[in-house]
Amino acid sequence: MAALPAGSLFFEKPLMATSSDPATTIPDQDPSEILTEPGGGKPAAGTGPWRLAGRRLRRNKVALAFGALFVLLVLVALSAPLFANHVADTGPNTNHLSDVITIDGEQKNVVEFDGVPIGPQGLAADGRFVLGADRNGRDVMVRLLYGARNSLFIGITASIITAVLAVFLGLLAGYFRGWVDAVISRGLDILWAFPVLLLGIALGVSLSLGGLDLGIFSIEGNSLWIPTLIIGLVGIVYLARPIRGQVLSLREKEFVEAARAQGASDWRIMFKELLPNLLSTILVFFPVLVANAVSLEAALSFLGAGVQPPEPSWGTMLGEGIDLLISAPHLTIVPGAMLTLTVLSLNVFGDGVRDALDPRAKVRLEH
Amino acid sequence: MVTFVIRRLVAMVFVLFMVSVLTFLIFNVIPNSDPAVQMAGKNVTPQVVEQIRKEWGFDQNIVVQYGKTMQKVFTGELISYNNRVNVVEEIKRGAPRTFSLAIGAALTWLVIGVALGLFTAVRAGKWSDSLVTVLALIGISMPVFWLGALASYYLGYKAGIFPNGGYETFSEGGIGGWVQHLILPWVVLATLFIGVYSRVVRSSVLDTINDDYVRTARAKGLSERRVLVKHVLRNSLIPVVTLWGLDFSLAIGGGAILTETVFDLQGIGQYLAESIRRLDVPPVLAITLFGAFFIVIFNTLIDIVYAFLDPRIRLQ
Repeated sequence: MAALPAGSLFFEKPLMATSSDPATTIPDQDPSEILTEPGGGKPAAGTGPWRLAGRRLRRNKVALAFGALFVLLVLVALSAPLFANHVADTGPNTNHLSDVITIDGEQKNVVEFDGVPIGPQGLAADGRFVLGADRNGRDVMVRLLYGARNSLFIGITASIITAVLAVFLGLLAGYFRGWVDAVISRGLDILWAFPVLLLGIALGVSLSLGGLDLGIFSIEGNSLWIPTLIIGLVGIVYLARPIRGQVLSLREKEFVEAARAQGASDWRIMFKELLPNLLSTILVFFPVLVANAVSLEAALSFLGAGVQPPEPSWGTMLGEGIDLLISAPHLTIVPGAMLTLTVLSLNVFGDGVRDALDPRAKVRLEH
Repeated sequence: MVTFVIRRLVAMVFVLFMVSVLTFLIFNVIPNSDPAVQMAGKNVTPQVVEQIRKEWGFDQNIVVQYGKTMQKVFTGELISYNNRVNVVEEIKRGAPRTFSLAIGAALTWLVIGVALGLFTAVRAGKWSDSLVTVLALIGISMPVFWLGALASYYLGYKAGIFPNGGYETFSEGGIGGWVQHLILPWVVLATLFIGVYSRVVRSSVLDTINDDYVRTARAKGLSERRVLVKHVLRNSLIPVVTLWGLDFSLAIGGGAILTETVFDLQGIGQYLAESIRRLDVPPVLAITLFGAFFIVIFNTLIDIVYAFLDPRIRLQ
């Protein structure tokens, strides 16, 4: 998206300073912005910006509730093996094509002869097929939980990869300027030119053909790391530009000059002086990055360019389920609802984090 | 102005070239597999593989291969590996369907998004404002293919209000049939953007509604409706117009692909989805390339149009 108006995503000022770095705290902030509560309360003198932000976030009950919902989803995902081994008594990739279960004294095929799988049973079958079966007779509830593990693992890991790489590139480009900046910025321009989904698809198809072999380490074509790396990589453009813009203005500040006068090296200035000042930007972006990564994983897997079967993820489950939409709608409804809930919880929580840390930030990631 | 246009065009040509190189590299250097082996299928002699490799030019220098691939893409001679169909013909067949979907959706989200944004801004703080804000967030968070599946199941299959997927051209069903088959996909694809736009318009209207010139308009006795539409909305729409062009190209390269697949519209996106399942490289390469080219060219045109409209942009 080369045509984005320059500066629309950039921060003009350092937004938040760590209290351990006195040079950066008060002078650059507009006092009314930082010290006044959004509701127009009294200035709270002598409180650090992080504590203020924390207080503001704590007051936002809706955001907190959705943040808690996300944590709950992660915990549920982590407990997948517990449910699988002790309640449902089956694995995520175990077929039960010819099984017969007894419900209210009635015998039922898990998958009917015409290929239609059994619908949600609730607790009628002693914890088996709580959410029904798919066309291979696999337990949807078990797959949903293992799928949650994969979807959330990819979403969170990919966002960490994005954050690390984007901050590194943004720091390099913004700090050194000149040809380093030119190379990085033009590279990002070219990545921007690709629609995110198409770039993800292109990489997903070409990498799942034969995996990745870089000599030192190699990844199988069906490994979870392939979608993770792809999603981490395509997300960089979202974050690297705002970071670069912020570094460009931060590097002119007095505290950087002071560090330089003390003889600090470039690397020390970048990682000890500038990096702490970028933390709030990273925090503001992170929940939305995860939301976006989870959505992109689902879209890629839905199209067959992400997580490879039989490994479950919400996207692959949707892709398989949609073929049976008419006869077994639960295969579509259930994973999509989980996906929506996850992305919604991250979006609402992300909104709250942004309002608490920096209400002016324009965080907008495209799908 | 002329320098601005020339500068943008030169930058565009550079980006287009790099995009084509990167796309080529993604499909011809990254894969850790041999296309000739893939095409030959199972149980073949090495001679057959060697022959395919020669025939398709996989043994040539990488630069030559790049040139040949680009030539094939742009002269419309690119052939699929799997079923030996002409890829460019397939894309041309799907293009009107994809564009019908995207253009209709773009109009839908513009109209509904602006209306909702204005409505919520005027009622800021009331329960209807909160309700729309919550719905907008849910709309933003729903995967478009899931929403599409639910819509086609409940409104198409169960209620029978809409056709059960598929596409009708003008000649098949007239304009009525065309609209009838597209209306659900339009709304589904538009939902995400309706959520985004209503929030953008809401905050933009709230920013302007207290400006002095709005107070002046009220003071001179204009009706509230006229103040809102002629004075507030007009200025609040500037950020929306800027976003709209960009989002249109995003919808083409993103949501449209997924929406089409769900509604069986048989456009470019569905062709892409089918090619991914077959791991058929040429269609994926061509669609990625065309998609990125479309976006780069479209965005450059938008830039130039904006520069005409707003002289400040030229000076940046």
